[in-house]
Amino acid sequence: MTKRGLRGDLTRWLVSLPPTVFLLVFFLAPTLIMVTASFQNPGEFGGLAPLFAEGQARLTLETYRFFFGDWIYAEIFLRSFLVAGATTLICLIFAYPLALTIAASPKRHRDLLVLLVILPFASNFLIRVYAWIILLGPAGLLYTPIAVIAGMVYVHLPFMILPLYTNLEKHDPTLLEAAQDLGAGAWTRFWRVTWPLSLPGIWSGTALVFIPVLGMFAIPELLGGTGDILIGNLIKEQFLESRDWPLGSTLSLLLTLAVLALAALSAWAASPRRQRS
Amino acid sequence: MAILEIRNVTRRFASLKAVDDVSLSIEAGEFFTLLGPSGCGKTTLLRLIAGFDEPDDGALFLDGAPLAGIPPEKRPVHTVFQSYALFPHLSVAHNIAFPLRMAGQNDEQIRQLLKETLELVHLADKAQHFPHELSGGQKQRVALARGLINKPRLLLLDEPLGALDAKLREQMEGELIALQREVGITFVFVTHSQQEALALSHRIAVMNCGRIEQVDCPEQIYGFPKNRFVADFIGTINLLPVEVREASHGRLRLAVDGLGEIIAAPAAGLKTGERGSFALRPEQVRVAAAGGHHEIPELHNHFHGRVRDFLYLGDVTVYKLELDNGVLIEALLANSAPGRAKFFEIGDTVSVGWRCDAGVYLRD
Repeated sequence: MTKRGLRGDLTRWLVSLPPTVFLLVFFLAPTLIMVTASFQNPGEFGGLAPLFAEGQARLTLETYRFFFGDWIYAEIFLRSFLVAGATTLICLIFAYPLALTIAASPKRHRDLLVLLVILPFASNFLIRVYAWIILLGPAGLLYTPIAVIAGMVYVHLPFMILPLYTNLEKHDPTLLEAAQDLGAGAWTRFWRVTWPLSLPGIWSGTALVFIPVLGMFAIPELLGGTGDILIGNLIKEQFLESRDWPLGSTLSLLLTLAVLALAALSAWAASPRRQRS
Repeated sequence: MAILEIRNVTRRFASLKAVDDVSLSIEAGEFFTLLGPSGCGKTTLLRLIAGFDEPDDGALFLDGAPLAGIPPEKRPVHTVFQSYALFPHLSVAHNIAFPLRMAGQNDEQIRQLLKETLELVHLADKAQHFPHELSGGQKQRVALARGLINKPRLLLLDEPLGALDAKLREQMEGELIALQREVGITFVFVTHSQQEALALSHRIAVMNCGRIEQVDCPEQIYGFPKNRFVADFIGTINLLPVEVREASHGRLRLAVDGLGEIIAAPAAGLKTGERGSFALRPEQVRVAAAGGHHEIPELHNHFHGRVRDFLYLGDVTVYKLELDNGVLIEALLANSAPGRAKFFEIGDTVSVGWRCDAGVYLRD
């Protein structure tokens, strides 16, 4: 290998070292701790019982038995996925026309319009959710599933608009002209050209909305009723109120696995190899 | 009957007339080229034909029927775009079959036509590939196939060879001619390359500043340009400022400033005393060594000169000659003598001449 190649390699390692260390310490390690915790016993006054006692490891499948032994957990999981799915779908329906409009507007206006999309982030998240209490209260919708979804959509809409806009803005307008030239009307042009080409944007927007909504606990807590708790609330409860860390860890782990499985499934469904056939 | 009739079409953008009172008539089965420098309005005219734009004045007729108000998707006119505009998410087969699907043909018809068309453009083995997996020339052929498969009345080609390298372009030129001959569809080709226009077209319309300067077959455009713009834009040409001395009795005598009189091919309607340019192609200039037995005194237009400079191009060499009284003229000689790169060196005294039917007189 040439000297230059060696130096290039060294530079690459040095540059990628800090983020690698960061991820190892603050992502991989906590995940491993969580996996271990899910097999441990709860401590007498909350927290975890010691992993080793009297010379042997104290591991148990108790939390898993608990989870799979009671329908209520599966029901909350299912409800969470439904809420996340509904939120994502509504976000997509709202965001798509908006992103198309921004992408089609004159270049000098686009930055301003994008700024307007992210402007809500300038004020505090909780304050914006409290505002919904004031809005929904008189309408009689507060503490209902509708209120939860409204809040979820409101908070996550920019995360759908931005990746969609980034994708749509890059589309070559000549493709639409070509489609029109070859006989495609307006709707056909959209469904045959714009929509399939925007799928990557839709997927990233979906991931950015669906996954945070699954773990969200503040919005159901503030806007939802007692029947509207989601996995996020359940997990938070295990750590703060019930002080059952192993169960909380198990719930977190199962949530992570479910999301990964879903992501793998959609990646497989969207793979070009499958589209070709 | 003309397949496409363009009558007094004008298209303005703000104060600029991109297309200025253009009238053209394109015949069925023709390979017709719009040639001109960038910004001359040729692409605007193409977009008017395709339907992406409507004229401010004038009208277009396809097979005698007015095109006004008919959107692009309803016109039996397809375009091959400069960037090809292949759909990146569709395979070669789906790209090419796109216009058939739009036209609502059934699967069996599509399969049959697709097979024929893929063979026509030599892409049968690439049907399942995606555009990003193809070379420039292959993309070009997919774009052509997609434009042709539905047998449009007109195929518009917007600088389709612009993105290819020189070698590939030459090859595609040959394929384009063969393809047009085979399918018999009328091609309207837009280019700024005079070489492409000359090589491919049945007829060429030379455009400048939104207007048509000349419409003719390639030989006429090249050999008998109507004005200085056409003469200058197509190939290289010597332009000598002249005054008409005698224009009668089937002969034309011109006085070249600082050089003397020359004889040129007669032209109608010239008046003694008017000024213009004499345009002479470099390959029409004959050069011989001064004093040698190859001297060319038999030519009426015969002068002495000196080699000032030359440009060796391999197959030919362009000599820059200075005639008596400092008139500069270019001569192009084929390097036909085996083993010799060029005939003359800088500083050589030469005998220069051209036939009295060579070149054209152009009014200023």
